[in-house]
Amino acid sequence: MSRPDLPGSQCPEAEPAPSLRCPDLARPVLLDVQEVTRLYGPGKGCEAVDFRLHAGEVLGIVGESGSGKSTLLRVLAGLEAPDAGRVVYHRPGDSLETDLYAIGEARRRALLRLEWGLVHQNPRDGLRMSVSAGANVGERLMALGQRHYGQLRAAGQDWMTQVELDPERIDDVPHTFSGGMQQRLQIARTLVTRPRLVFMDEPTGGLDVSVQARLLDMLRTLVRQLGLSMVLVTHDLAVARLLAHRLLVMRRGRVVEAGLTDQILDDPQHAYTQLLVSSVLTP
Amino acid sequence: MNGYNFAYLDEQTKRMIRRALLKAVAIPGYQVPFGGREMPMPYGWGTGGMQLTASILGADDVLKVIDQGADDTTNAVSIRAFFERVAGVETTTATRAASIIQTRHRIPETPLEPGQILVFQVPIPEPLRFIEPSERETRLMHALEEYGVMHVKLYEDIARHGHIATTYAYPVKVDGRYVMDPSPIPKFDNPKLDMSPALLLFGAGREKRLYAIPPHTRVESLDFEDHPFEIQRWDERCALCDSAESFLDEVITDDAGGRMFVCSDTDYCERRREESA
Amino acid sequence: MNPILTVEGLGKGFVLHGQGGLALTVMRDLALDLRRGECLVLAGPSGIGKSTLLKILYGNYLAGHGRIRLHFDDGPLTLTELPAHAWHALRRDVIGYVSQFLRVVPRVSTCEVVMEPLLARGADAVESRLRAETLLARLNLPERLWSLPPGTFSGGEQQRVNIARGFIGEHPLLLLDEPTASLDAANRAVVIELIREAKARGAAMLGIFHDEDVRERVADRLLPLENYMDDPSRARIDASQLFQENDHE
Repeated sequence: MSRPDLPGSQCPEAEPAPSLRCPDLARPVLLDVQEVTRLYGPGKGCEAVDFRLHAGEVLGIVGESGSGKSTLLRVLAGLEAPDAGRVVYHRPGDSLETDLYAIGEARRRALLRLEWGLVHQNPRDGLRMSVSAGANVGERLMALGQRHYGQLRAAGQDWMTQVELDPERIDDVPHTFSGGMQQRLQIARTLVTRPRLVFMDEPTGGLDVSVQARLLDMLRTLVRQLGLSMVLVTHDLAVARLLAHRLLVMRRGRVVEAGLTDQILDDPQHAYTQLLVSSVLTP
Repeated sequence: MNGYNFAYLDEQTKRMIRRALLKAVAIPGYQVPFGGREMPMPYGWGTGGMQLTASILGADDVLKVIDQGADDTTNAVSIRAFFERVAGVETTTATRAASIIQTRHRIPETPLEPGQILVFQVPIPEPLRFIEPSERETRLMHALEEYGVMHVKLYEDIARHGHIATTYAYPVKVDGRYVMDPSPIPKFDNPKLDMSPALLLFGAGREKRLYAIPPHTRVESLDFEDHPFEIQRWDERCALCDSAESFLDEVITDDAGGRMFVCSDTDYCERRREESA
Repeated sequence: MNPILTVEGLGKGFVLHGQGGLALTVMRDLALDLRRGECLVLAGPSGIGKSTLLKILYGNYLAGHGRIRLHFDDGPLTLTELPAHAWHALRRDVIGYVSQFLRVVPRVSTCEVVMEPLLARGADAVESRLRAETLLARLNLPERLWSLPPGTFSGGEQQRVNIARGFIGEHPLLLLDEPTASLDAANRAVVIELIREAKARGAAMLGIFHDEDVRERVADRLLPLENYMDDPSRARIDASQLFQENDHE
């Protein structure tokens, strides 16, 4: 098929190139979601959702409101048992699998509190609004048994710095923070115990556009630095493009398309995905 | 005792409360619900403590009632008179002479002895209530030992005041398991809960909950490694008995700003004055 | 020497569900192979599917038919059968892509944009920054711009940021989509140098260059695409416009 050379081209075989091996493409499965169904009524909820989340992956779940993505997130995050199907967690470095809804509530809650994290769309749902920023960040550490005030405070200031909040404000209550700052505080409060798996529900919803960009950049950096795995629910395809490695597209409770984020957005196959992608306004 | 069953409550009710008490003793610090009855006084005046006292009172018991340490306040006098009338039991103001002591917000200074029972009046039995309004959720938090939030409260104290500013109803962990509200006693009294030779019973009338600390049970006050639990200290001594060890009340003596510090435990104060006289 | 990349019987079409299921075939039965240290240049008029081919090779577009394989020393890997999650490591370590347009998170500095492919591999931040700055300096991007987000830069400046980001990772397979389109002669010369250096270290490259001069100086072979078009009159569409992808923001 190839054409003869242009004049003047060099023969590459003159110098042998270093050996080229296939990188390790296999990543351990962290979350194995098997045919999960949770229906409130016909087409309301999620139905037969089946996918695997790999270590270090950010998986975006996109779809319009009412598509079932928030229900799915609640089932995945251990807040609501499915009608059918299983959510299985594979702890890294541990051959045991944890069937999220087969274990007792005590173990499930401990898992959610210590190894997983959930960032709510509305920071008021994820923060204790009446206690200081420092106490908010320190709570999960205290739940783990950290009993040194000075160390809790140092951790609070460190995490406030990481999420670009002024550590001088450690004793201020969240009410005195802006919406974007509250969201960053909620993220610090969630990440302080270094969870392996984080669920985020519209983390940039309700924020000004300029604030969104800053939060997205911060999340990208944290994902890389902490090796986080994340399930991200969003209706905003621009957010999905910037944060997610892979996407699931949901419609009426079902996953209609799944794949690499840029492939889904640039070469959508399903009629609904094409509609969704072409409906985005570009400035 | 005309017209009343012994100790006011009917025998069925007393049996029900005793069964609940047995459960409470078996699970130290655990809140046991009970079918609270109406008492001839409003909630908040000690109806929970009175129901417990009524249920454990025997004809040969000697009852003492204190309110913030004093035997002579309206509440203490009324409750003592009530049980004199409906049970005909002997009453006393002497801590050593009493077999049952009903108390509001204090533990006597005189060390309790084996065989004595202290009955606390409790307004809000749930130590997690300040952060979690749902009863279902708090019961789950107890069941799963999700107690991190208790330290959130103490953390806030230090952040705001530089030290743990909670001075009464200071939370404790009983027998290494349940976090418990010791009722609004001053934290000065918390160490007296630990390994007490007496049986400690707690009754909340409005919330219809009771709980217990059996004798010789370990009771720790929650704290931080670098901010350990401490009790109140005074520079003053009691103006009446010269005690340097007891819990002191500040009393205003005139309109000119005159004031003095006296023991909150009236019996303890009187004994000391008698002994030194 | 065996090729690093082989493409056999590759076909691609788009079905536009929003327009009554209109089916467009933009590529049919394409084959190529590419050796290490070689730069193969795609030729043909614009809109003929050159970018589409690069996007398929990068996993950005799904292949309709055919087979794409990478040949490693430890065996071949069939990209057309690869599960989506396996692409993450492949793009990080093996296949690099320099697109015509820059897509970045607002607010992130130019230097950080360029460093990111190294940081993604867990490289040292100080060393990565040094390499990013070296590349930006070679591409004559004024130093005062390095700490600014590239969103407001001119087309040529953005393209140089993109080139630096594309070359910094030294991927064994590089896909170059008109990397010199908006560059002046001096910077074109730098890109030609970068390509020659990449060849020298054994990288295989597949590129689109409209500039005749650049093409002649980097291409080892030409691959004209006209032969593979279904119906040139109908297929002269810009596939990137089909679903209004956000390349132009």
